[in-house]
Amino acid sequence: MTSSSSRVRTALSYGALTIVAVFMLLPFVWVLSGSLKSQAEFMSNPGGWLPESFEWQNYVALFTEKGFSTYFANSGIVVAIAVLANIVLSAMAGYALAKLEFRGKPLVMAGVIIAMAVPYVAVFVPQFVVVVQLGAVDTLLGIVLPILVLPISVFVMRQFAYSIPGELLEAARVDGAGEWRIFARIFMPLAGPALATVGILSFLAAWNAFLWPLIVAQSQDTYTLPVGLASAAQGSNTLDYGILLAGAVVILLPVLILFLFLQRYFIQGVATAGLK
Amino acid sequence: MSLTLTRTTGGAGQAGSPRPPVVRATSRRRSWHSAGAVQSRTGWLFVAPFLILFALFTAIPVATSFAMSFTDIRSREIRNPLAVDFVGFDNFIDVLSDPTFQRALLTTLVFVALCVPLSLVIGFVLALALDTGIRRLRSTFRAVIYVPVIANIVAAAVIWQYAFTPSGPVNTAIESLGVAGPNWFGDPAWAVANVVILSVWRNIGTCMVLFLAGLQAVPNELYEASSLDGAGGLRSAWSITLPLLRPTTLLVSVLMTVAFLNIFEEPYLLTGGGPLGSTRSIALWVYEQFGFGNVAGSMAGSFILLLLVGIVALVQFRVLRPKH
Repeated sequence: MTSSSSRVRTALSYGALTIVAVFMLLPFVWVLSGSLKSQAEFMSNPGGWLPESFEWQNYVALFTEKGFSTYFANSGIVVAIAVLANIVLSAMAGYALAKLEFRGKPLVMAGVIIAMAVPYVAVFVPQFVVVVQLGAVDTLLGIVLPILVLPISVFVMRQFAYSIPGELLEAARVDGAGEWRIFARIFMPLAGPALATVGILSFLAAWNAFLWPLIVAQSQDTYTLPVGLASAAQGSNTLDYGILLAGAVVILLPVLILFLFLQRYFIQGVATAGLK
Repeated sequence: MSLTLTRTTGGAGQAGSPRPPVVRATSRRRSWHSAGAVQSRTGWLFVAPFLILFALFTAIPVATSFAMSFTDIRSREIRNPLAVDFVGFDNFIDVLSDPTFQRALLTTLVFVALCVPLSLVIGFVLALALDTGIRRLRSTFRAVIYVPVIANIVAAAVIWQYAFTPSGPVNTAIESLGVAGPNWFGDPAWAVANVVILSVWRNIGTCMVLFLAGLQAVPNELYEASSLDGAGGLRSAWSITLPLLRPTTLLVSVLMTVAFLNIFEEPYLLTGGGPLGSTRSIALWVYEQFGFGNVAGSMAGSFILLLLVGIVALVQFRVLRPKH
């Protein structure tokens, strides 16, 4: 390979990546600039890329008048429960599927894969029937129940558990440690990176969930942020874009901040989910 | 090992005559306290939470969805699902002969036909650029291109609605080039394009990451060997990269096909299925019918979608099948 051809290729790569990266980021520029525009400026000049004056008023209105403080708290509760439950329950299931012998294991594993493949629209109506029967309609519990243990979390934990040498667990067994003890004292401390991936995946699933909370949450008291934003966008006759875009920023920001710090685990989550 | 365990898991009781404890691992007894039985119980206990939730929210729903699609269930019977009549294949005949469903089926296939190749090709080119072309800024580029994957869809749809309004920033940019900007929400063809742009924007990052993982799994020695043999860059791409990347390509196409067959949020939030039903996907049709009280029809429709996805998922199962 000559150095000139590789230099051309490097230049082409940088060019292609820069162009695409700009297009990927443009919407975030729009949302930020738009969220700082006043309604009057939207009327006169909706296409301007930068606001004439910065209007923080949109954010204030969002939390004081538009109910976003409730939605924010609801989203926070749902996410906290989902992440905690996914970490504990998927670690248990993944450990058992990889490291314990029990009859019916292949069947459970098939369940994990089927659950990953089933299209959501095919199940949400009967899921709703189940939640109706449980009396959990219009509650945060009803919103969080189906995502307490995501099949993808179990899959990630199982893949990780396989990479742990069986001799380590066998040695503990010989020393007389019970299965719970081995799980809590040996497996869990080793599982840090996998648990982080599961935490991220379940955080994203719970924070970004839209269709299911839309069905279960029937009053504004149980709206999560996406449902609240969607209803604000559809409810108003004259769209107040400044407020809607401020709402979008409020939803996007926590995920973006987390992504900035835990980028590796975010991307690893998809790669693991897709490839192994 | 596995043979012994299959035997020991069978008995929950303390069957069998007591024998003196043997140290050899192969002679585990059918005992409540034997290592195999303990493992078996713990195993079940550990997967129990997953199993219960899986039964409640996946297995039972899929089964009821299937059963209900053969009944005349309406929304008022949803609290008492047993008070319905069996109607055979009527719902499926109704749904398949419903012009709005046929249109939704066609629209969904159009989305798949446009979005899957676009996401795949762009994702692949970017992965290639990241893998071979650059050293510096690699993780920055990867992160930036990945960001839309984690962006909330409702927020993204709100941004799109603002950016693509007739005099919004997108048309302002287009008009600065001296061309009239299209009516992104009023014109059926442009509305489809709008949904496609949003969906592809959200999925390029996933494709890129998966292709990148595939590319990085190709051993460097292969390239070195082929360049020693005098093969150029294109030649080695054709005879090494592409064949070795076939499983990845298959996997990514399957994942994307399933994702776009199920497309719901983008058209629901962006266009509401309009204008004139031009962006109504099957999933959106199912959701609407449920809202109209046509529960039986919506379940039949969702089952047709399930079948479509099932065919693709069968391939996926073969690809994803655990190798251990």
